[in-house]
Amino acid sequence: MTHNEIVACFPHMANYAYAFKYVCEHGFEVKYLIPPPITKRTLELGARVSPDYVCSPFKYCMGCYLEALELGANCLMQIYGGCRLNYYGELNARILRDMGYEFEFFDMAAVNWKSPKDIIEHFRIINPDINPVKVVQALPVTFRIIEILDEFEDLIRHNVGFEVNDGEFDGTYKEFLGKLENVEDGKELKELEKEYRTRLHGIPLNKPAKTIKVGFVGDYYTVQEPFSNYFMEKELAKFGMEVYRQMNFTNSVIHNQGKKKRKIAKKYAKYPLGATANSTVAEAITFAKEGCAGIIQVKSFGCMPEIDAMPILQNVSRDYHVPILHFSFDSQTSETGVRTRLEAFYDMVEARNGRKA
Amino acid sequence: MNKAYLGIDIGSISTKGVVIDAENNILAKEYLWTEGDPMGAVKRLLKALEAQMKGIDAEIVSVGTTGSARKLIGVITGASVVKNEITAHAIGTTTIHPDVRTIFEIGGQDSKIVIIENGFVTDYAMNTLCAAGTGSFLSSQAHRLGVSVEDFGEIALTSKKPTNIAARCTVFAESDLVHKAQIGHKKEDIIAGLCKAVVANYLNNIGKGKKIMPPIVFQGGVSKNVGVKKAFEEAVGHEVIVDENGHLMGAFGVAVLARKSGKERPFSFDTADIEFRTRGFECAKCANHCEIICVYREKELIDSWGNKCENGAVRTAG
Repeated sequence: MTHNEIVACFPHMANYAYAFKYVCEHGFEVKYLIPPPITKRTLELGARVSPDYVCSPFKYCMGCYLEALELGANCLMQIYGGCRLNYYGELNARILRDMGYEFEFFDMAAVNWKSPKDIIEHFRIINPDINPVKVVQALPVTFRIIEILDEFEDLIRHNVGFEVNDGEFDGTYKEFLGKLENVEDGKELKELEKEYRTRLHGIPLNKPAKTIKVGFVGDYYTVQEPFSNYFMEKELAKFGMEVYRQMNFTNSVIHNQGKKKRKIAKKYAKYPLGATANSTVAEAITFAKEGCAGIIQVKSFGCMPEIDAMPILQNVSRDYHVPILHFSFDSQTSETGVRTRLEAFYDMVEARNGRKA
Repeated sequence: MNKAYLGIDIGSISTKGVVIDAENNILAKEYLWTEGDPMGAVKRLLKALEAQMKGIDAEIVSVGTTGSARKLIGVITGASVVKNEITAHAIGTTTIHPDVRTIFEIGGQDSKIVIIENGFVTDYAMNTLCAAGTGSFLSSQAHRLGVSVEDFGEIALTSKKPTNIAARCTVFAESDLVHKAQIGHKKEDIIAGLCKAVVANYLNNIGKGKKIMPPIVFQGGVSKNVGVKKAFEEAVGHEVIVDENGHLMGAFGVAVLARKSGKERPFSFDTADIEFRTRGFECAKCANHCEIICVYREKELIDSWGNKCENGAVRTAG
């Protein structure tokens, strides 16, 4: 395959597809396919071909790959992390190849990131004629895209529950994403960023001086991909709460705060628990200290590191007098049950908050 | 005429209704099976309550609904309060037992724990993944042992040496139970063992990490089982209060909330005679295939829900 024929694709996770697209098209100089938005179909397709007891992020990824292959993607990619995720790329590719699909697979877990030679070698999977200089040149804008996405989404998380006109934040942000898709360079990005920052900040709000704040923690995928947590941040906002979340690409990939968070969590967790568990504990402590009325932990069913974090979170809950609610998600969870718990959670934090005020 | 308030709790297994006056006195109460038909159950419930209210000089001015069908029944009855069952139970219980610190609740399909401090809910948990330790598990095991579930508790109390039964999961518990029966354990010991297993399961799962302080109130259908009550008392080392109206607490709580809401809307028991219909369909506008429910009064569409996005929104007339 020459690089003109390559169509690369990362599985969906939040809105980072726009960053992946930029680095693939401008750095690796190959086409990039943004897979269709995650829907029930994605999950059904993925769950059908995945091991039953694997965590739901694996199933979502499988579904995304299948939908992307249908649309002509031929170079799939997978990231790596501090848990079973390191085996996922290998397993994803094997299952798909057993099904008869043909494609290239760039598995970040297989790369020795300390060896430039090995990195380039693996990059050649994406583009055999790769120009490493181009990749390096594309990185600043790629990172900037991620930072802007995270900044805007934080702003929305804090304010969407108080917008005067329903749907204004979502509408404006969607418009921004549409334009972000075709950004060519840093200059264009800067203009776009400026325009939409002003617009997002200008959305009329009806926000009381004292709001109920809630912290959102959990495993790397479930906490970041809204479909996989039943759009819980949005549900919480609808109750009129201000949602806080630290876990995103900016805080984990670009400015890795792992060390800082492990230090915050040290009193409760001396050793690394794997994946995001220490961060989850640290974030919960921070949120509790900063006056969140409640904390919600979301995780995929069977996520071992987050399961290990649960009893620790209960200690945090006791020490800081802040309720922590846990949610596990798999490929099927009754929406009714989720709603009931969320409503009760809101009633509880509202009553507690009213008493403190 | 005095003001009265109606609370309806529509669970998966049973439907409960309570009418209270302005002083929270219960004027009428009813408990019946949902039988998979929440709308039919509510109609029967309203008929029964209407009969009990005959001769009482009171008029219902506000309705509250709770339980898993709260939204649907809320629309039908024109409820002013639609509340989740966790909050409803907490409100009902703190109204009757103002000093309560812990509520255990085991229903047909789910179980909950609610921790209360100074009359406020400070923590709660609800079983998520597994039906072990709920009422439906107990009734299926009673059936297997050939005793009626109503006698279960009394039989358990006669046991001097409860059999050990694995509490981790329904499947394990069931195979354990069969095995213990086959090697010759006495029936009452097995039954007492099951009660203990339900309690162990409850405390290990949803009670995990929760600070259980007295006074403890035990509610839900399973609270009527004296064997489980005794097993709880032995496990936590405190007295466990079971209220005569414990099974109605959700309905009572939401009636109290309806009263406190101050929102009054005319309500008539004739609602039981109006025909309500629901229609479910799958939205085909994207791959999410949301299941959308439309509710009709006679022929008029009065509400709809289930859509994840604007594309699936169904406009109601008016």
